Amino acid sequence: MQHKTEGVEFWPPLASLSLIDNMGTMIILSSVTVRYGGVAALGPADLVIQPRQTTLLIGPSGSGKSTLLRTLAGLTDYTGTLTVDGEVVTDWRALRQKLGYVIQDGGLFPHLTARANVALAGEAFGWPREKIETRIGEMAELVGLDMVQLARFPAELSGGQRQRVGVMRALLRDPQILLFDEPLSALDPVTRLRLAGELRDLFARLGKTVVMVTHSLREAMFFGGCVVLLRDGRIVQHGELADLIAHPADQFVTDFIAAEEAL
Amino acid sequence: MRALPVLLAALLFAPQARAETVGSKAFTESVILGEIAKDTLEKAGVPTTHRRELGGSRILFDAVKARRIDFYPEYTGTLRFELLAAQHLANDAALGPALAAQGLALTRPLGFSDSYGIAMRADKAKALGIAKLSDLAQHRDLRFGFSNEFVDRKDGWPALVAAYGLGGVRVQGINHDLAYRALNAGQIDLTDAYTTDAEIAAYNLVVLTDDAKFFPPYDAVFVIRSDLSPKARAALDSLAGTIDEAKMRALNRMVRMDKQTETAAARAALGGGAGIDNEPTRFERIAQRTIEHLALVAAALALALLAALPLGVIAARHRRLGSAVLAITGVLQTIPSLALFVVLIPLLGIGAAPTIFALFLYSLLPIVRNTHAGLTGIAPALLDSADALGLTRAARLRRIELPLALPTILAGVRTAAVIAVGLATLGAIIGAGGYGQPILTGIRLNSTPLILEGAIPAAMLALLIEGLFTLIERRAVPRGLRRP
Ligand SMILES: Nc1ncnc2c1ncn2[C@@H]1O[C@H](COP(=O)(O)OP(=O)(O)OP(=O)(O)O)[C@@H](O)[C@H]1O
Ligand SMILES: [Mg+2]
Repeated sequence: MQHKTEGVEFWPPLASLSLIDNMGTMIILSSVTVRYGGVAALGPADLVIQPRQTTLLIGPSGSGKSTLLRTLAGLTDYTGTLTVDGEVVTDWRALRQKLGYVIQDGGLFPHLTARANVALAGEAFGWPREKIETRIGEMAELVGLDMVQLARFPAELSGGQRQRVGVMRALLRDPQILLFDEPLSALDPVTRLRLAGELRDLFARLGKTVVMVTHSLREAMFFGGCVVLLRDGRIVQHGELADLIAHPADQFVTDFIAAEEAL
Repeated sequence: MRALPVLLAALLFAPQARAETVGSKAFTESVILGEIAKDTLEKAGVPTTHRRELGGSRILFDAVKARRIDFYPEYTGTLRFELLAAQHLANDAALGPALAAQGLALTRPLGFSDSYGIAMRADKAKALGIAKLSDLAQHRDLRFGFSNEFVDRKDGWPALVAAYGLGGVRVQGINHDLAYRALNAGQIDLTDAYTTDAEIAAYNLVVLTDDAKFFPPYDAVFVIRSDLSPKARAALDSLAGTIDEAKMRALNRMVRMDKQTETAAARAALGGGAGIDNEPTRFERIAQRTIEHLALVAAALALALLAALPLGVIAARHRRLGSAVLAITGVLQTIPSLALFVVLIPLLGIGAAPTIFALFLYSLLPIVRNTHAGLTGIAPALLDSADALGLTRAARLRRIELPLALPTILAGVRTAAVIAVGLATLGAIIGAGGYGQPILTGIRLNSTPLILEGAIPAAMLALLIEGLFTLIERRAVPRGLRRP
């Protein structure tokens, strides 16, 4: 399997993927606010996340990127409304069925093997065993893991392998929405570059609505798409990255870009 | 594991064959009297069980009131000054009505009083012409060595000084067990004693006559349920006046010094021949007690798990409720075990049931606390991942949270188990059997081998349980959670 992890060309031809929907899913936030002990960690935020695109959340530490992402998965107590495909979200379990969520280091359960971690995504919705097995086979190939690696516990895998398992688990149910929270930041530069390339390609091929928190402008540049810049829980600027650089909304955006370039 | 509920039920609800049950306190004289009563009743055709060494007066008194036993040997003084102290009874005659109000009665006195007395070497007393306590006023130069308890008690030495005009006599405090040896060796001349102590017979001592009637009478009687069968009652009354102090001392001596069994002493008292004793071998005894001990611990732990796991989960779910649950189980832990046993007797009687319940209460805290700690210690990011996967609350608990908390929970169960093995030895004082039984008897008879017969298996069982849990942890905790 190792030879398959080099570069872009190992991805299977589009036709072998049975799971592409053509419409994509649009997410709309209006006046979404998350408070911790009275202090607003996010918002009020108004935002439209375009379907079949990669939207990148950037901003300094503590600016609310993770909080925004967790809100999209229904993991926070928020006020305001969240609309997905034209409907205000009330039934989170139904939404989660078509949503994949991956955090730094994969968010794997240490007491389960990689395979059991992945299978859980199907078991949570009562999938039959054979269907889960079939999907595990497909997804393992997609992310470049073999069965020996899948039999291991998370602690017995490398950081990069754990992240691949996390991606596999998120993709198992073929969700329309993929949420990533700094999926690359725990990796060494070489692995990070390889995985970033694979993810970028995957997003392009699958046509999912992807929201990814990233560490840096450089990473955002690599993935392309829309950028949402946050500061102290507020959305400062939203648009194409090139626009952001050409027309910074205010001094903060200018400084943020300058700081990125300096280091 | 399937056998456990059956075992539990058997322990808790074993049908008591409709025989009379005599209880005895955890000291030699009481056990001998219990055996005498059992033999006497059986000779009269009343089948009788003897529950030996059930702890102190309060436990026996509560047990007979709660109809868990039918009668037990007691002393009138103990009834007046300890058990019914609040009623300030003027004399022994007032005991009848006071007990009747509680559904109890007394048999006629057995013929001896086990009260405080002042003992002296017989030869010395004779030489000095001392027979009564009032004679002591003429012999103030004698060396008085009294137990610290007797010197300190308001109704002890200070009161005795007042009653017999012994002011100014010098007294030295001495350990009660050493006092007899010191007396024998001539290092002291007088000491306080119980009037039926075996040593009085063994060391050839005399108890000086209490001519001013200073010491209240502690006449030996049986406290019985008022509705005891007439046949049994008549049999007990037939013992009235048959045992005097000298005889009781001799019987105590047979057991405490000559290492005979209480059963043999009782037979001697009743003038029966030495029957064939079917004493179990040491191995059989230990095996029997191991079963009793394990049953106590296993039943208590099983119940504790059933209660503590849900409590721990609730505590982890609701912060406010959680601190309350932890506080309450913490307070339970601080109840002195002896006090807990006594409180439980009216509710659950004596034997296995109250012991299991007490062990159950003590096992709650370690399991609840560790379940709570294990669950609240899970990284929030993992819970996020579980929720985002679409697991329901119940599925998340079962498949993610409990397995992740398992090592911590197991550590709590292990602590509870080891504590329970130790505490279960205390169950012997309320008749639960187990390894506590030989320890109790050993302390009473001052026999180190007997104490070790209980203590060593108890320690080994604790070690065994440690080993068992190491094994369980190895099997139950998935590789991914084990420390490398
Ligand atoms: N569970 C929580 N309880 C209290 N405050 C929180 C909690 N989670 C986040 N916050 C606060 O909310 C704010 C936004 O946090 P968030 O994690 O969204 O930042 P971030 O942009 O992801 O930062 P980083 O780049 O460091 O990951 C921070 O001030 C943080 O302290
Ligand atoms: Mg973050």
